[in-house]
Amino acid sequence: MNHLISIEDLDRADIERIVSQAERFAEVSDREIKKVPTLRGRMVLNLFYEASTRTRSSFELAAKRLSADVVNFAASGSSVEKGESLKDTVLTLSAHKPDAIVLRTPWAGASELVSRWCGAAIVNAGDGKHEHPTQALLDVYTLRRRLGAIDGASIWIVGDVAHSRVARSNVLAFQRMGAKVTLAGPPTLIPRGIEQLGCEVRYTLDELPSADVVYTLRMQHERMSETWVPSLREYASWYQINGRRLTPRQLLMHPGPVNRGVELSGEIVDSPQALITAQVEAGVVVRMAVLYELLAGRDARPPARPSAAAPVPPGEPVGSGLA
Amino acid sequence: MSAPAPLVGGQGQPAQLLLRDVHVLDPRAQLDTRRDVRVRDGQIAELGDPGALAETDEETIEGEGRLRLLPAFFDPHVHLRTPGQEHKEDLQSGTRAAAAGGFCGVIAMPNTEPVLDSAPLLRSLRDAAAGEARVPVDFLPAITRELRGEQLTEMAELRQEGALGFSDDGRPVQSAGVLRKALQYQRLCGGVLSLHEEDPTLSRGGAMYEGAVSAALGIGGIPSVAESTMVARDAALAGYEGARVHFQHLSCAASVEAVAAAKAHGWLVSAEVCPHHLLLTDEDVRGLDTRMKMYPPLAGEEDRLALVEGLRAGTIDCVATDHAPHAREEKEVPFEQAPMGTTGLETAFAALHTELVLPGVLDLALLVRRMSAGAALYELPTPSLAVGEPANATLVDLDAVWVAGEHGWESRSANCCFAGRRLQGRVLMTLAAGVVAHRDRTLALAGAL
Repeated sequence: MNHLISIEDLDRADIERIVSQAERFAEVSDREIKKVPTLRGRMVLNLFYEASTRTRSSFELAAKRLSADVVNFAASGSSVEKGESLKDTVLTLSAHKPDAIVLRTPWAGASELVSRWCGAAIVNAGDGKHEHPTQALLDVYTLRRRLGAIDGASIWIVGDVAHSRVARSNVLAFQRMGAKVTLAGPPTLIPRGIEQLGCEVRYTLDELPSADVVYTLRMQHERMSETWVPSLREYASWYQINGRRLTPRQLLMHPGPVNRGVELSGEIVDSPQALITAQVEAGVVVRMAVLYELLAGRDARPPARPSAAAPVPPGEPVGSGLA
Repeated sequence: MSAPAPLVGGQGQPAQLLLRDVHVLDPRAQLDTRRDVRVRDGQIAELGDPGALAETDEETIEGEGRLRLLPAFFDPHVHLRTPGQEHKEDLQSGTRAAAAGGFCGVIAMPNTEPVLDSAPLLRSLRDAAAGEARVPVDFLPAITRELRGEQLTEMAELRQEGALGFSDDGRPVQSAGVLRKALQYQRLCGGVLSLHEEDPTLSRGGAMYEGAVSAALGIGGIPSVAESTMVARDAALAGYEGARVHFQHLSCAASVEAVAAAKAHGWLVSAEVCPHHLLLTDEDVRGLDTRMKMYPPLAGEEDRLALVEGLRAGTIDCVATDHAPHAREEKEVPFEQAPMGTTGLETAFAALHTELVLPGVLDLALLVRRMSAGAALYELPTPSLAVGEPANATLVDLDAVWVAGEHGWESRSANCCFAGRRLQGRVLMTLAAGVVAHRDRTLALAGAL
C-alpha cells in the first residue's frame, strides 16, 4: 500500500491487516512508556484545510508514539490565505521531504490529486464529502473488539448522509467486513442513487429495532439555514437516538463531535451501550497502524515522480489524468 | 429590421485548388460519389468525373478515391474568451482550433470580461475579428446586461451592428418575466434567442450530474430536471409569444422530450447537442478528472442514448461543441473547485466519427448534415459543395488514426475531455469562405512531393 485514499481501494484482507496491527499497538498503549522506535527519523506532515481537533491530534499522537517527527500545517493563517493553490502548497511543503502527508480538505478527490504531485505517502483525513477512511477503519476496529466479528451484523447509519464523508467510507468498510448496512435519515439528506453502494435506505426509524449497531452522524447546524430540514426540533423528534428508540442489546456509535439533544439524547451518550469514547481511543492505535502500514519497511522517501511537475503526457488515458 | 450581416474574418488569398478523385459527400446536394473538384478564386468552380478535370496552374491534391470532401462544419456555440480572458483563448487561437476541426464558421458567446452587451463592444470585436479570425466568426451579445438576468440589452441596436441573436450563455435567464420581454422584443429586432437552461435553485451546490456516481463520490449533484424544467418553461413561453428560441447544449432525455413536444406544437424552437454529451456519461467523472467537468454535466447512459436518438431523429437540429477553454492552473485543482468547460473544436468530428459512425450508430451522411446545420438556425447559408458556391469544405481522411492531443493543440488551452483518446478520422484541410484556413502537415508534404 502506497497511500490510504479511499476505503474503495482496500479489500477485506487489507482492512484486517491494519486492524490486527492496531490491536498489537493497543498493547503498547497500555505500557508505561507508550513509544516505539519504528518510525524514528521519519517525518509526518499534517496538512489541514479544515478545522479539526480530534483527527489532527489523533494523527499527531499516533506519529509521535511511533517516534516520527510531526509538523502541523493549518491552512488558516498561512500562504493559503494569500491565494496559494493546493498544488503550490503541496510542492512547497514537499521540499521538506515529508515521508507522509496527512491531508484534510473540503474537496473530494484532493488526496488522490496530491498523491500525483509528490512522493510522500498520502493519508486522506477527509476529502470533502467523499471519504474519511481512517474513521471507517477505527470504527471497524472498535466494533470488532466489542463483537469479535461483524459478519452478518446489521448496522444502521442514521442522519445527514448527504454531507457525510464518514457515511460513505463506513458503508464501504462495514460491507467489506461482511455487515449489512442501512442508511436512514430525512429524504432531503439521503443522496439519490446512494443505494447503488449496496446498502438499504429508510426514511423512518420504524425498523431500527432490527439493527445490531446504530451509527449516528453529526447533524450540522448550518444545514438548517439551507432548509434541508424544517427545524432541529422536528429533526430530533423523528431521528434522534434516545432511550426510547435504542434497545438495550444495541450498540451506539458516533464519529463526534456530538450535538447532545439533537442527533443523540444526552443520557444515551453516557450509557454503557455507547462506544463513543472507545472510538476516540481507537483513533490513535488505528492511525499508528496506518502509518506503520504505509511507512515501515518502505525506503526513506522516494524521489518525487517526474510527472509531478511536468505536463500530463497526452497519451495518458482519459479519466486518470488532469490537464 | 435588416437581415443579419455576414460573419467577419477568414480573410486571405482565395483558394486555387484541384482536388483530384476525392469522394464528395454532400447529403443536401445528394452528392455521394468520387469526383474531381476544382476550386477557383475561392469558389467551387467545377465537379467532374475522376480524371476528367485537367490540371492547370493550381495546386493539386490527390484524393485517390479515398479522401472525403465534406461541406465544412459550422459551430454555433464556442467561447473565444475575448475580451478579458485571452490567457484561455483569443480570436486567433480559437478560430485556428475551429479550422483544424473542419469548421468554416463559429459563433462566440458573450460571457467575456466585460460581458458583450453593447453595440460599441460588438463593433470593436467584429473589427478585431476581421483582421485576426482564421475562419469567419460572429459574436452573440447578451440578452440581459452583464448577464444579470434583469435588464434587456439594446437588442435592436446590437442587431444593426451585426448580431445574429442573443444569449446569456453560462447563465440562465432565471426570470420568466424577463425572458418573456426579450421574446416580445424579438418582434422588433429579430435574432435568435439562444438559451442556456438551468434552474439555479435546483443546480446550486452541484458540480456533477445527480445520480449514483455523485452519491458515491459525495459531490453535490445537479439533477437533470434543473435543465429540462427550464427547457419546457421557455418552450411554452416561446410558443405563447410566437418567438424563435434555440436551446443550447441539451444534456438529458427529459430535455429532448421537452423539445420534441415543443416541435410537435409547431413552436419555433431548435436545439443543439455537444459531442461530450453524446459520447460520455457521469461514469467518466469517477476519476474526478476536471476535464470532465462542464455545464450541463455529463449525465446518465439513458440520457446519452436519448441525445443520440434525438440527433438522429432531428429533434436535435445540430452539433455544437461549447468549446470552453480554461488555463491549466485553473483546471489543476480539486474537482469541486474547477471551472466548468471542455474544449471541443479540434476533436468534435473525429470523436463522433469514431464513437458513433464507425460502430454503425449514426450514418456518416447524417453526422455531416448535423455538423453544419447550425448555420441555418442563425439564418446563415449552409455550407455546400454545389458548383458556384463559395468553398466551405473539409477534406478528411476517415482512415487516419491519431491520439487526441498527441501533437498539442491549436487552442491556447488543453482542457479537452477527449485528450488521450485514439480517434479515427482526421481533418486534412479546411476551406472557409473560399480560403484555405487549415492544412494538415501531412497534406502539405504530399502537395510538395
